[in-house]
Amino acid sequence: MSLDTQFRSCTDTPVLKERGQREVFCGLTGIIWLHRKMQDAFFLVVGSRTCAHLLQAAAGVMIFAEPRFGTAILEEKDLAGLADANAELDREVARLLARRPDIKQLFLVGSCPSEVIKIDLSRAAERLDGIHAPHVRVLNFSGSGIETTFTEGEDACLESMVPALPATDAAELLVVGALPDVVEDQMLSLLAAMGAGPVRTLPARRSTELPAVGANTRFILVQPFLGATHAALIKRGAKPISAPFPFGEEGSTLWFHAVADALGLDRAKVDAVLAAPRARAQKSVAAVAETLRGKSIFFFPDSQLEIPLARFLARECGMLPVEVGTPYLHRELMAPELALLPHGPMISEGQDVELQLDRARAARADLTVCGLGLANPLEAEGLTTKWAIELVFTPVHFYEQAADLAGLFARPLRRHALLTPEAAE
Amino acid sequence: MKLTLWTYEGPPHVGAMRVATAMKGLHYVLHAPQGDTYADLLFTMIERRNHRPPVTYTTFQARDLGADTANLFKDAARGAYERFQPQAMIVGASCTAELIQDDPGGLAEALNLPCPVIPLDLPSYSRKENFGADETFFQIVKVLAKPMDRTESVTCNLIGPTALGFRHRDDVTELTRLLATMGVTVNVCAPLDATPADIARMGAAHFNVLMYPETAETAARHLEKTLGQPFTKVVPIGTHATRDFLAEVAAITGLALPAETGLRQPWYAASVDSTYLTGKRVYIFGDGTHVIAAARIAAKEIGFEVVGLGCYNREQARPVRAAAKTYGLEALITDDYLEVEAEIARLQPELILGTQMERHIAKRLGIPCAVISAPVHVQDFPARYSPQMGFEGANVIFDTWVHPLVMGLEEHLLTMFREDFEFHDAAGPSHHGAKASARPEAPVAEAGASGGDIYAERMTQEPVTGDVIWLADAERELKKIPFFVRGKAKRNTEKFAADKGVTAISIDTLYEAKAHYAR
Repeated sequence: MSLDTQFRSCTDTPVLKERGQREVFCGLTGIIWLHRKMQDAFFLVVGSRTCAHLLQAAAGVMIFAEPRFGTAILEEKDLAGLADANAELDREVARLLARRPDIKQLFLVGSCPSEVIKIDLSRAAERLDGIHAPHVRVLNFSGSGIETTFTEGEDACLESMVPALPATDAAELLVVGALPDVVEDQMLSLLAAMGAGPVRTLPARRSTELPAVGANTRFILVQPFLGATHAALIKRGAKPISAPFPFGEEGSTLWFHAVADALGLDRAKVDAVLAAPRARAQKSVAAVAETLRGKSIFFFPDSQLEIPLARFLARECGMLPVEVGTPYLHRELMAPELALLPHGPMISEGQDVELQLDRARAARADLTVCGLGLANPLEAEGLTTKWAIELVFTPVHFYEQAADLAGLFARPLRRHALLTPEAAE
Repeated sequence: MKLTLWTYEGPPHVGAMRVATAMKGLHYVLHAPQGDTYADLLFTMIERRNHRPPVTYTTFQARDLGADTANLFKDAARGAYERFQPQAMIVGASCTAELIQDDPGGLAEALNLPCPVIPLDLPSYSRKENFGADETFFQIVKVLAKPMDRTESVTCNLIGPTALGFRHRDDVTELTRLLATMGVTVNVCAPLDATPADIARMGAAHFNVLMYPETAETAARHLEKTLGQPFTKVVPIGTHATRDFLAEVAAITGLALPAETGLRQPWYAASVDSTYLTGKRVYIFGDGTHVIAAARIAAKEIGFEVVGLGCYNREQARPVRAAAKTYGLEALITDDYLEVEAEIARLQPELILGTQMERHIAKRLGIPCAVISAPVHVQDFPARYSPQMGFEGANVIFDTWVHPLVMGLEEHLLTMFREDFEFHDAAGPSHHGAKASARPEAPVAEAGASGGDIYAERMTQEPVTGDVIWLADAERELKKIPFFVRGKAKRNTEKFAADKGVTAISIDTLYEAKAHYAR
């Protein structure tokens, strides 16, 4: 689909803003993938038993073996006096670092209770950094539910790293956002072949590979939920590259083209590099799209991936978005996406879950994308659902994963048809 | 402050949710920040519930703090009543809301809602999930259950089963059937499937069956005191306990003992095929109730040797310690799974009976394991009928515990032909289908060598050894012993060597130890 004169986008679509009960995770959940991405980092949540229980429930049993995260659970005596809490924190950190000499970065992660009782984790991080530097760098961010929604935890984490990055005048490209290693490697090899090097990533797999940043840094996001990190990098003088997000063949191509244009790369060479993966992605997505074409889809807000995914599903898979909910709409970062998303769906920001459930039941979309708390109850009401969290835990970016991404939406529909053949047309 | 990696119990408001979700016609308004809704998925995913838990979260944010979180609560409570029209409501705070001290109980009372509103006071920073469930159920019963005439025929209430309980659903069915064989019918089962109106008529029963002390002991004591209803003290898990339970019911009601039907477990344990189970060393950990029951079954009904036991819920510490004494053991009472792991690594049992946490420990250490207690996992809600209580429960438990083990004749064949390239002990029990790669030869060292665990040094502490070393030929001989007894052989040999003052273990020491421990 091209941007012809007939095309009407969602750029000017009014946004329904809602306020009420939210059926979403808090930002602590980001630790589940961040601690695997950063292999010499430890995430220490200063919180309650609820925080520990959440991480356990969200992580399931996948990573029981060696979690590089833990919760310093506040107890009654910690609530009595703050000096006490700081001393306790110092002691727990010292014990932890003594036992884990491989840890080079320690994140103190604020939670709802630590923020309400105003434990100053930035001061604690400074103090602990003074004690444990240079061996361990101690940073802090908030993953609390009163401040952050789900993926905003990654944003807060990366934002906390930006001021501590070394300065440089080198003209480098910085790619921002945690990607699965295999996807990151694919991306880096395409960028290298295009001649975009040197390329750095944030977060880096190890603290020794952390990027430097300065006025000649150009940076581009691979995740749509990194608004605060985006702002922090601009504050360091880095220049952003605006693009749609690299979901699907079209999104990936526009993303690489934006990099190429910003760096002044030879477009013919770039297109030659991208030609083969583009063709593979088009072919494989087309096969999956047969299941998706003409089907309606309703997004509950979850990860801020909703608008880019709706764009991919509408433009490359022929789906019909009914409502696209997002926990937070960052106007600037979403502008290229909204310009591509065909007019039609309601766009909603925030949540009042009861009202939104009423709308979802009225819409009865062919596929409803929602959190794990809602999926089985909606299935029991006869709706076909897709767990939103899988979209964050599965490699879905760039060309080679485009069909996998489409497949995540096709599978519940195929399954429904398999189990209830009489319902299939 | 206490560093925790994994927890056995959630916070107390999750216990309250287990009660609310089990019931019908009850709604829970929880003053809580965004994110606490994660708890919904425990019920909708682990238990595959087809309804959302009946919980409204106020979802306050940072910008509400110091502004108007109290009004947010009132709006949420009013809205929840209008939308769900419950027969009764419970209101309370999660850990964060406890800190802002809005007093949900007082706020809800001021709303004058046209249904009973029961305030919960669950201290999040000192208590945990089981306390939350027990206290919530007690408060509901205290407010709603009133004295009334007893039913004409003999009836009882089944109390304690909740949402997310370990096999609670099937235990209720089994006990209902079992009691019917005595002529006792169930007046109310609560909290599971009860409405507030049902709670109100609990007083009509002649006595209460306390199924799970973890979640209903306070309510049972309250009903005994205020309504004069005695309650049963024996939890009918296992053949012997079920018989004791029936005797207890007979004593309370004056009814005759029923004929036993459907019980296969004693014959299965007595049949010669089960001989190989004799003296297998088991370690037991879980909630107090299931651990006490499991130890009795293991020792008296299957013929295992209980080498260690403990529980994670401190509320049951006393009875668990007493039970441990009867097996000559000191109970481990802890909610730190690393301590449990270290204890298991030290004891080298041949079978672990535990929770999902122990299942992971077992996987790591290469020890067979069966799950006997919450905390639960999606696998603990099987599609088939599989109670733990009553005679069918005894049958189910026998099958479940024997399944992870290598079966009798296979055990002998492995011992005889252990060098066979296809039929070696690393291949695992043949009735288990596809098996992963070979299990680690030395699980204890393995866990320490991973280097990733922050408590690694606790894992590497050698158990009995002291200064004893293994000579190379003895070590090779040890490896020829099938894996399911190798841990025991190693431990016994080392203890034997230490007792005799031998510092280097040779092949002779190994076989002298074997002779010494022969039975």
